[in-house]
Amino acid sequence: MSDLALPVLVAESLTKTFVSGTQRSEALKAVSFAIRPGAVTGLIGPDGAGKTTLMRLAAGLLVPDAGSVQALGLDSTRDSLAVQAALGYMPQRFGLYEDLSAQENLDLYADLQGVPKAVRSERYAELMHMTGLAPFVDRLAGRLSGGMKQKLGLACTLVRPPRLLLLDEPTVGVDPVSRRELWAIVDRLVGEEGMSVLLSTAYLDEAERCSEVIVLHQGRILDQGPPGAMSARMAGRTWSITAAGRGKRDLQMRLARTHGVVDALVQGERIRLVSEGTQIPDALGTLLAGEGATITPVPPRFEDYVIDLLREPGAGAQDPIPVGAAAAANSAVDPSRLTALPQDPDVARDADGHESPAVIHVRELVRRFGDFQAVAGVSFEVRRGEIFGLLGANGAGKSTTFRILCGLLPASAGHVEVAGHDLRHAAASARARIGYMAQKFSQYGNLSVGQNLVFFAKAYGLDGEKRAERLAWAEAEFDLARYREQLAGELPLGYKQRLAMACALMHEPEILFLDEPTSGVDPLARREFWQRINALAVAGVTVLVTTHFMEEAEYCDRLLIMAAGRILTMGEPAAIKAGARSPGHPDPSMEEAFIRQVEEAA
Amino acid sequence: MKRLRDWLRRPRVMRVSALVRKEFLQIVRDPSSIAIAFLMPLFLLLLFGYGVSLDADHVPVAFVAEQPGADTEDFRSSLAGSHYFALKTLPTMPEAEQALRRGKVNAIVRLRANFGEELRRSDGAPIQLIVNGVDANTARLNQGYVEGAWGNWLMRRAASLGVDMKVPVQLEQRIWFNSELKSRNFLVPGLVAIIMTLIGALLTALVMAREWERGTLEALLVTPVSMSEILLGKIVAYFTLGTGGMLLTVALAVWLFEVPLRGSFWLLWTCASLFLLAALGMGLTISTVSRSQFVAGQIAIIGTFLPAFLLSGFIFDIDSMPAPIQAVTHLVVARYFVSIVQTLFLAGDVWAVVLPNALALVLMAVIFLGITWRKSKKRLE
Repeated sequence: MSDLALPVLVAESLTKTFVSGTQRSEALKAVSFAIRPGAVTGLIGPDGAGKTTLMRLAAGLLVPDAGSVQALGLDSTRDSLAVQAALGYMPQRFGLYEDLSAQENLDLYADLQGVPKAVRSERYAELMHMTGLAPFVDRLAGRLSGGMKQKLGLACTLVRPPRLLLLDEPTVGVDPVSRRELWAIVDRLVGEEGMSVLLSTAYLDEAERCSEVIVLHQGRILDQGPPGAMSARMAGRTWSITAAGRGKRDLQMRLARTHGVVDALVQGERIRLVSEGTQIPDALGTLLAGEGATITPVPPRFEDYVIDLLREPGAGAQDPIPVGAAAAANSAVDPSRLTALPQDPDVARDADGHESPAVIHVRELVRRFGDFQAVAGVSFEVRRGEIFGLLGANGAGKSTTFRILCGLLPASAGHVEVAGHDLRHAAASARARIGYMAQKFSQYGNLSVGQNLVFFAKAYGLDGEKRAERLAWAEAEFDLARYREQLAGELPLGYKQRLAMACALMHEPEILFLDEPTSGVDPLARREFWQRINALAVAGVTVLVTTHFMEEAEYCDRLLIMAAGRILTMGEPAAIKAGARSPGHPDPSMEEAFIRQVEEAA
Repeated sequence: MKRLRDWLRRPRVMRVSALVRKEFLQIVRDPSSIAIAFLMPLFLLLLFGYGVSLDADHVPVAFVAEQPGADTEDFRSSLAGSHYFALKTLPTMPEAEQALRRGKVNAIVRLRANFGEELRRSDGAPIQLIVNGVDANTARLNQGYVEGAWGNWLMRRAASLGVDMKVPVQLEQRIWFNSELKSRNFLVPGLVAIIMTLIGALLTALVMAREWERGTLEALLVTPVSMSEILLGKIVAYFTLGTGGMLLTVALAVWLFEVPLRGSFWLLWTCASLFLLAALGMGLTISTVSRSQFVAGQIAIIGTFLPAFLLSGFIFDIDSMPAPIQAVTHLVVARYFVSIVQTLFLAGDVWAVVLPNALALVLMAVIFLGITWRKSKKRLE
């Protein structure tokens, strides 16, 4: 058929503005594109780029202010009912009915989609095979894990196979194992059923799985094309640096500030660097020579391209602000403690080469909810100045462990000591010495930035000169002064995160807890965030972080991977990766190592 | 049979029945729906059936005879014999006054020291009655009851003395419809309106807002289902639930509380259905305005439940309200139904009352369902 070659989704100068009160936000600014049939097209962009609005316009759930969008040859606005009957759309939070079982949800969608009874059992069998949900069909949807919910949502969308499938961030908040399974399903749909898929994501590494990507940023399309071709444009500009003897964090911070360097990232034991041209910049060469570091070229990744794209003037990226120096000098830690700081924070040793003392002790930690053991006997220690990552599939018990350490949840059994305080007896005094940044924005949206800062300063008992000093520090360090009068709820996402971090650091905590701090944040903001974290660690602050981003796991000094309430493995990222090495996989990525660990345990 | 099966297989019918089935599964599994649909009605029924009474019964009254004697004892026993009073005999006035101040008694009946003597004189013996007037309604009731008891006593006394008491004008009273004057008899039928408001408006507004909140509606909207089918699914499910609430209330009213049902049950059913449609219309209209459960719940309580409680004639008589408030009650849908339901229970099929009120219900149902129909679009904005 000739129409097979026609695009399945076409947008022409699609524009959408949301108005609420006096606030106007342009979600999409004259966006035009066409999507090829029979392939996965990735819609890549951070939160607030306009991905969801685009999906909803394509599904006929919103009316554009200008321009048009056509799905499968039908106008999504005028023929919305026909479009909805023809395509499949899975919203970001797929609305499963939580008090219906998996099977009842499927039946509901089969009825709504008009799937004939005769073909149902066959279709159900296929879907169950594809999603691996067969053992859970009678379970209430609300009791499924995050990954299983996503798969069930996908199954409900696919109950009548659509020709065009729109998936809005199907992998957000999903652990790497479930993420890989979801991708396997998508690949199968395209490969075997010839479906066309538009998939939005904030994970840049997922772009490489798409045959074509659209890079969306602040309501505009920055680029469209095959991801391989985009990465290829970065050829010759990507390097890996190994420096023996010096702290990788300190080096990374200096590299990032060097003229001619676009991007510098800690990656395990090495530093990954993107240069402006294909030549090693002079300043960089001098710096490396001075450090005795070696530099080798590495193949480019899609992320390198996006960073390069966003750093270009006019891309609308938030202007980078100097980070780090202020953090170390003005510091979240009092100066008397700074003097005793380790020279080499990577291994967290003190000046004499002894390991620095542990500030978190966890022994035989158990937490029960009813008969269910969320945490089943976990022991570890975290040393001062360490960046310690807590990883695990959804439901592995990492969030519970995290909450216990922050003093938000009491332990059922075991010993937990944080900053010298036993949490059982002195949770309040331990809390005064920790900072906590929640996954969700937890500042007051209808207070201004200034009011939020003052409130948190007071909440931590700062007054007089000390308060004035810390408020000035927060505004300077996080560049919040210019937003002082603005309502916190109306800040751009990156600034919300800065405000949250400023509030968490207001009282100069010794230990900082970060719960999935960067989900949905654009890659530039994420880099800036990790630069701050690095600076804090260098200054001696201990950082505990949970994350689903495997590349972020590589920024950590040590990792703890949990499954079913127990420790699967613990150690330095390089060691964990080495443990997953096999003849077939000589150089596994962090994600592959993680998946292997979890699967071996299961 | 085959035609029925074919009809059931039509896509539209299949979709609506799937939605209705889903609603019922959710109602059964969601404790909050069950609480609003069954526990609240039961609680209200027991509360109004047993707890709340607007009648004076066992009112604590202090009795002070300053010089007890045969005559005072005779009067005392006539008061004590009435179930309206719980008589407390106190020796002195200061003690009785203290009891009144402390709220131990609601009234004082005082017979002076020379009561016996005065009784035999032509100008008669004064009896002092002091009533706690804080609650004006109850005060008036108590006053009336004491006066009634006093009148009875006089008649009986005259009869026993063999004297025919001459009263120039005699009030012959008969009470229609609720001859025992039990307030339960008009409160419990009125509860049908309250309970159906709870299910029709409050619960429906909540469950629709919940679909927005949990994102389930977005997933429904991109299926071939139309908005009218989604609304129809809700209406069918909650109409059934509301009818169940109505039947439960009527059954308990008739069998447990022994309220007479003098009118036709089928007429009651028909009118209740009209009211229920109007209530569902209100609930769905609220959900087109608010997509958060909290706000929808607040609007439903303030906009439908409280007016049904206070301005419908369920407890407070509309004719004794100030004129502006009376005008406002015309906007309260429950008002029309309370009037129907009280008439059907206690008076019978009085068409002159039922018909105009039923027409008002039809009008209200059309208005609210019409607003819902027009305002609900298959869009997210």
